[in-house]
Amino acid sequence: MSELRAQLREWRAAVDKRLPPWSSRGLAIFFIVIGIVLPFGFGSSSAFMNATIIALAYAVMSLGLNIVVGFAGLLDLGYVAFYALGAYSLGWFGSGFFFKAQIHVLVSAVASTLPGVHLNFILILIAAALICAAAGTVIGLPTLRLRGDYIAIVTLAFGEIIGDVAVNGQSVPVGGGMTLTAGNLGISAVDSPYFPGIGSFGLLDLRPWYWLIFAILLVVLFVNLRLRDSRLGRAWIALREDEVAAVSMGIPLVKTKLLAYAIGAAFGGMSGAFFGTYYTEVNAGQFQFGFSIFILAMVIIGGLGSIWGAVAGGLALGYINNYLIPDVLNTIPAKLGFNFQLTEVEFGIFGFLLVIMMVLRPQGLIPERRRRLELTAEIGAEDAQLAEAPPLPGGVT
Amino acid sequence: MSSIEAPTPPAPPAAALSVLRAEHITKTFGGLVAVNDVSLDIPQHSIVSLIGPNGAGKTTLFNMLTGLYRPTEGRIVLGERDITHARPDVITRHGVARTFQNIRLFGAMTAVENVMVGHHARMKAGLFGSIFRPPWVGREERETREHARELLAYVGLRKPIFDRLASHLPYGDQRRVEIARALASQPKVLLLDEPTAGMNPQESQALTEFMRAMRDDLKLTILLIEHDMKVVMGVSERVTVLDYGKKIAEGEPAVVRADPGVIEAYLGKQA
Repeated sequence: MSELRAQLREWRAAVDKRLPPWSSRGLAIFFIVIGIVLPFGFGSSSAFMNATIIALAYAVMSLGLNIVVGFAGLLDLGYVAFYALGAYSLGWFGSGFFFKAQIHVLVSAVASTLPGVHLNFILILIAAALICAAAGTVIGLPTLRLRGDYIAIVTLAFGEIIGDVAVNGQSVPVGGGMTLTAGNLGISAVDSPYFPGIGSFGLLDLRPWYWLIFAILLVVLFVNLRLRDSRLGRAWIALREDEVAAVSMGIPLVKTKLLAYAIGAAFGGMSGAFFGTYYTEVNAGQFQFGFSIFILAMVIIGGLGSIWGAVAGGLALGYINNYLIPDVLNTIPAKLGFNFQLTEVEFGIFGFLLVIMMVLRPQGLIPERRRRLELTAEIGAEDAQLAEAPPLPGGVT
Repeated sequence: MSSIEAPTPPAPPAAALSVLRAEHITKTFGGLVAVNDVSLDIPQHSIVSLIGPNGAGKTTLFNMLTGLYRPTEGRIVLGERDITHARPDVITRHGVARTFQNIRLFGAMTAVENVMVGHHARMKAGLFGSIFRPPWVGREERETREHARELLAYVGLRKPIFDRLASHLPYGDQRRVEIARALASQPKVLLLDEPTAGMNPQESQALTEFMRAMRDDLKLTILLIEHDMKVVMGVSERVTVLDYGKKIAEGEPAVVRADPGVIEAYLGKQA
């Protein structure tokens, strides 16, 4: 078995060596092209298309949380806060919610006649990222002196606070009879993304939505990859591994940790803003604690600290949650004679998947390179050395 | 410059020559006085040893010098700069680097990456530099990696294991990587906390020579915590002895070794 594995490793190394240096770039372009043409293979408003869009948005969130939890090792249980803030950024700056205001920047002809703040979606995306980065920094501050589980408790509390503020925001006046949020009524009639020359996105054709979130994912992915292989990325991992040693090597603790919170939060906010417009509503009921855990599960199932793992985890749980369970397998219990639908036990299914995953593949779907090294490579090498060790004296072979 | 510096002891307690100076520092943890009114003067380009029985406060003193602890009283001066209340990363940037008694490498990073982290304070790439990677950032990364490999070679790590995870390296190599990581921050003062712990006599001897070589090659000043008396006597120009948080002796190795107070601290009072 171990020989087989060693053989496989050897082949892989040989293949890696023979590939031309541009092959990884070529592969990336290949996948991007596949991603762009993919929607043409499916109905423009099919359930699968819808699930794909949601799964991609989950992957963006998963990538954001991976920076905080995976890279910097700060267990964040309140990530839903940034989903909420991102979605509210869209509600505030892309609807008639602030009805006394009359601000229109690069929006469709219809939207520019309506009252309220109407900014172009790209501007809202940037605003959401900035608002969430600021909020992430604020949430990060009290956790700086804490470690491990205590960080989780503080972030959990902040997630709950933001959720409660969202629910009760309809009683928080911001002047002119306007309120902070619309609570459980939700901010509805939000703008669809509009781009000059393309027009507004409609709900009958989901393809533009797909391309939009695919583009956001590519940007976030690019930033993640660059950061991982940079001075900042190394500093995060060093802090995760040993805080005392890291600060003794010249890494500023406060700045480095807060940057992790801020960047992770910014990506959550971008995805949240997308969800706001895609669901055409920003409702306080969306921002439950369970969603924080759901995103965390994506990061862990994908492989903690691994960028491609975070993407895989986000896509996997996105498809399971929005396609496999409700559209494909939902009626199976009924067919077997049980009196329930699969959607009613979806959290049970996720829990089961998590347990199975932790038992069979604790390093995740696509483990981080380091973790892979940690768990496999060296053991094989040491075994090989043992086999080559000279026989013991005394004739024992 | 070199005409002023005395490369060999006895070093006079002249303030002008000292590179790192602790003035009457005290550290208390609740009721426990871990370090009690200790003054220490480390002359430039010297190797100074800090010895004393277990629990004497040596590592606590190290932690204050590197900013991990704040002294309860007293002052720490690096060159002309007061660093008593400076953060550890700031002190590192000003030129103090250290190793740890129980090796503290970043286990999930390779040897080279560990050393690259050590260079953090000398790099400039920030958030946007890292994301957009303009040419100067690419160059900085390449140079840092190259520099890290040179340092690993300098401390005697074998090339094939440069890209192994630190946690998988043999003990002796981990010590080497830790020294290389400290050197990567281009320090003026290097603090080594029991560098020969767990080494056999040959390895200790080799390290003794290596410390001298480092001092001369890199124009370093070295402060050393050490239990191995052979190493202490062989390498240091000055020795400071702590016992129960107090400085009980200081001076040239031969003088300190003969000091009755020191003998008593180590062997107990003779009846």
